[in-house]
Amino acid sequence: MHITVTDSEFQTKVMESDKPVLVDFWAVWCGPCRMQDPILEELDKELGDKGVIAKLNVDENPATAGKYGIMSIPTLMLFHKGQVMKQWIGVQSKEVLKAEFDKLVS
Amino acid sequence: MIYDVIILGTGPAGYTAALYTSRAFLKTLMLAGPQDGGQLTITTEVDNYPGFGKGILGPQLMEEMKAQVVRFGTEIKLEQASSVARLASSKGFVVETLEKNKYEAKTIIVATGASAKYLGLPSETRLMGKGVSACATCDGFFFKGKEVVVIGGGDTAMEEANFLTKFATKVTIIHRRDEFRASKIMLERSQKNPKITFLTNKIVEEVLGETSVSGVKLKDAKTGEVSEFPTQGFFLAIGHQPNTEFLRGVVELDEKGYIALYKANMTDKADMLVPQTRTSVEGIFAAGDCVDPRYRQAVVAAGMGCMAAMDAEKWLEEQS
Repeated sequence: MHITVTDSEFQTKVMESDKPVLVDFWAVWCGPCRMQDPILEELDKELGDKGVIAKLNVDENPATAGKYGIMSIPTLMLFHKGQVMKQWIGVQSKEVLKAEFDKLVS
Repeated sequence: MIYDVIILGTGPAGYTAALYTSRAFLKTLMLAGPQDGGQLTITTEVDNYPGFGKGILGPQLMEEMKAQVVRFGTEIKLEQASSVARLASSKGFVVETLEKNKYEAKTIIVATGASAKYLGLPSETRLMGKGVSACATCDGFFFKGKEVVVIGGGDTAMEEANFLTKFATKVTIIHRRDEFRASKIMLERSQKNPKITFLTNKIVEEVLGETSVSGVKLKDAKTGEVSEFPTQGFFLAIGHQPNTEFLRGVVELDEKGYIALYKANMTDKADMLVPQTRTSVEGIFAAGDCVDPRYRQAVVAAGMGCMAAMDAEKWLEEQS
């Protein structure tokens, strides 16, 4: 499932989600973020209903980006049961991301 | 399925090569690599690529190039080549990707480009994305109202410094010499910018900071004196290295890792007609920043991409 998430929705949509959530911190001016997009779309297809991919625009949602000390995008963070499971800085391949999801859901 | 051509890399060299091979009805596959669209996707305005009267944004230019090759039937996969080997059975090649797929082709064009260099300090790696960055256009936003340093003395350093003044209150260019490789126009622009100051003859010893960058430890190149300079952002602009490591042992590389191309004897007319983009392996051609330590321009890469495509096309004709 591919969703967008804002500062005010972060608690309910990410922290309280019953499925692992991969948060993509991005912005319109970020070139490499565009490269991450099609990879996340493919990942989303493979995950089906086993996980959630949530896009968070850092321009519009500075509180969450600030809270997690984001200083470079794309940054991807995988949350599960309210915990940060993993963080990646820079564009990541589908395989790398999928492998982390696979550890959490079988 | 055997492709006529596999092109490694989707920068200006790769796209131009694909444009020519697909227009010549060669079955063409591009493997995008880790940075689809190449180095121009992390720049802003491109004013030195001809054909755009008002300039064009780097990412937009690359999207146009992509649309153009797709229009002629080029296939693009978001995968990264991890090895290239000759097929045992025929004259072709097999490319393996990090995604564990294998693709076969009669000829290969390497256009993998170059990537930003890092100093190689452990503290730099540790603070990557926590104030250390090699891409001002990607990360500058996070330094609004902060003070940053840019390491380097070339055009890239000047460009990054100027760009960062949009966000940072103060930008300090730190350079290990007192002379600059940067072009006059770029250097002057930085010198005139009131937000930019220069620290010369300073070598970076360490990036300081626990959870994020708080400063930089410098050593004076002349006196050897060590000092600390407080900063919240550490931007690298110390040059590039070719993305050719996966080809080591396959084609000949020079001491810096650039792919060595055939060097024609300019006094021999026949020799000058030899394909200029051929590598040490017959059937593998190369173009763009992965062979070019000197010019490193989008338009040069595009030109070489065209050459590689024409060389590959001719070579395929000769094989059949």
